[in-house]
Amino acid sequence: MNNARKSELLRRPTLGALLLAVVPFLALCFTVPLWNRIHPVVLGIPFNLFWLILWIPLTTLCMWLVYTRDRKAEPAEANTTKGDSR
Amino acid sequence: MSASAIALAVMIGVVGVGVAMGFYAGLRRKMDLEQWTVAGRGFGTLLVWLLMAGEGYTTFTLLGASGWAYSRGAPAFYIMGYMSLGYVASYFFLPQLWELGRAHKLQTESDFFEKRYASKRLGAFVALVGVVFLVPYVDLQLTGLGDIVRVASFGGVGKTWAMLLAAAAVAAFVYTSGIRAVAWMSILKDALLLGVVAVIGIGVPYVYFHGIGPMFAALAKAHPKQLVLPGNTANLGRSWFVSTVFLNALGAFMWPHLFAASFTAKTSDVVRRNAVFMPLYTITYPLVLFAGFAALLIVPGLHDGDLSLLTMTRRTFPAWFLGVVGGAGALTAMVPAAMLILAAATLFAKNFFRPIFTPAMSEPSVARMAKLMVGVMTGVAVLFAILGAKSIVGLLLLGYDGITQFFPGVILGLYWKRVTRAAVWSGMIAGVGAVTLLVLSGRDPIAGLNAGFVALCLNFAVVIAVSLLTRAERNGFESSPDFEAPPETPDKMGVS
Repeated sequence: MNNARKSELLRRPTLGALLLAVVPFLALCFTVPLWNRIHPVVLGIPFNLFWLILWIPLTTLCMWLVYTRDRKAEPAEANTTKGDSR
Repeated sequence: MSASAIALAVMIGVVGVGVAMGFYAGLRRKMDLEQWTVAGRGFGTLLVWLLMAGEGYTTFTLLGASGWAYSRGAPAFYIMGYMSLGYVASYFFLPQLWELGRAHKLQTESDFFEKRYASKRLGAFVALVGVVFLVPYVDLQLTGLGDIVRVASFGGVGKTWAMLLAAAAVAAFVYTSGIRAVAWMSILKDALLLGVVAVIGIGVPYVYFHGIGPMFAALAKAHPKQLVLPGNTANLGRSWFVSTVFLNALGAFMWPHLFAASFTAKTSDVVRRNAVFMPLYTITYPLVLFAGFAALLIVPGLHDGDLSLLTMTRRTFPAWFLGVVGGAGALTAMVPAAMLILAAATLFAKNFFRPIFTPAMSEPSVARMAKLMVGVMTGVAVLFAILGAKSIVGLLLLGYDGITQFFPGVILGLYWKRVTRAAVWSGMIAGVGAVTLLVLSGRDPIAGLNAGFVALCLNFAVVIAVSLLTRAERNGFESSPDFEAPPETPDKMGVS
């Protein structure tokens, strides 16, 4: 138990997880010069605001992929965490 | 009944139900420090989601985001960017912190610094900086609440009275129920807020422009510069946007109350799954921005842009709905304020007062003192709010930038063996010092970049350089005696 706990404490993110998590950072932060404009207007909303709204579900999608990858890589025991009914 | 009386009655009803929930949450529970601050580490995904995503949503978001859209325009979009990215970043350190928290009984952000770097003084310093930035944040919530209640009651309740009554209620339910009050009240607060914001954000454009599209078309014609960076400002351009979003994303969970909220989770997997789903909470933000943009066309020339959302609501909707908005708005101030006060009181008693003045103080005495401090912290915040102290505005401007200076100590403490105590001290002093100097001398943004971002870069550089120059140290978590026997978590205390 102690050893399992110890390795858990030192659990580092994988390269794949980090790369996936960088995607929303690129989309929402570093690429702002590319989408800081009104046109094309989508669904009546200026493009920059539409882009930000679009990336709300896409950010969760990226993190969901990270999460499912991480879960697969973990030992089966850790996947049946107690009391996870919600 | 007059419009004012209807609005006031509805508002009192909403707040009354909320406060009753707060008291009820702590009934029949023995409130030791562990229960009071982190709810015995027993919350499931929903309550943790409400605590962590919901508590980021304060009156500053509700009034401030619409206010920014109204007076500055596109720079307000930074709020949407950084909230989502803050949750993304949290995936890579909050679950790890939760594991450490369980193994070493961490309850506060200072506890992490104290244990990791084996230094009570470093922990005390973090506590002090935390309290200095938390109290003005409480003050901001109370001021927002005063405005909301005043407008929603058609001036029937004065700002001072509203702030005093709300603060007294907050202090009382935090005292009795601790973090459980915050979590349970969040259910009501977030449900109401979501509904109210949807009605305002979609309703207002439809009433005045027959749709969101026509509103933006009118806005693009009347104020073409408002909708793209730098909006109606001289220096909030693209580089400001990038540096601000990046800084605030890293700093979002460095706020001591949000940092500690992750400890309430039942398992680290709850924290991790939250990081995946929290970005969805930001769907409410564009709705608030719509209200601010509509206000710019309908009621131009307000002296205080932060009142734009409330002004539009009062103009557009019946009195009873204004009451609901007032009640939801008041809870949006009170619930985060409760969490801020709880964090500030615990930091002061546990991490500042005890190690510096009375090292022999027992755990139950710390709990008693922390509860006492709830009254003191609330009192100070109310006093600042009533006096409308100008100096407090400076502290608020500093808040986000200052609090983010904890980030290098946290992230390197988790992932870099070589980081040393002296390095974290030096980096934090350099970072907090730089940001204070730059912001208070009016040099924010500096060279188009957010001053806090510049200070964070300096902070990182100093921490890394000093770490490499000083002798390697043991990780405090690995040499701590209680590491050998991790306590079992009392899962049975979980709320379900």
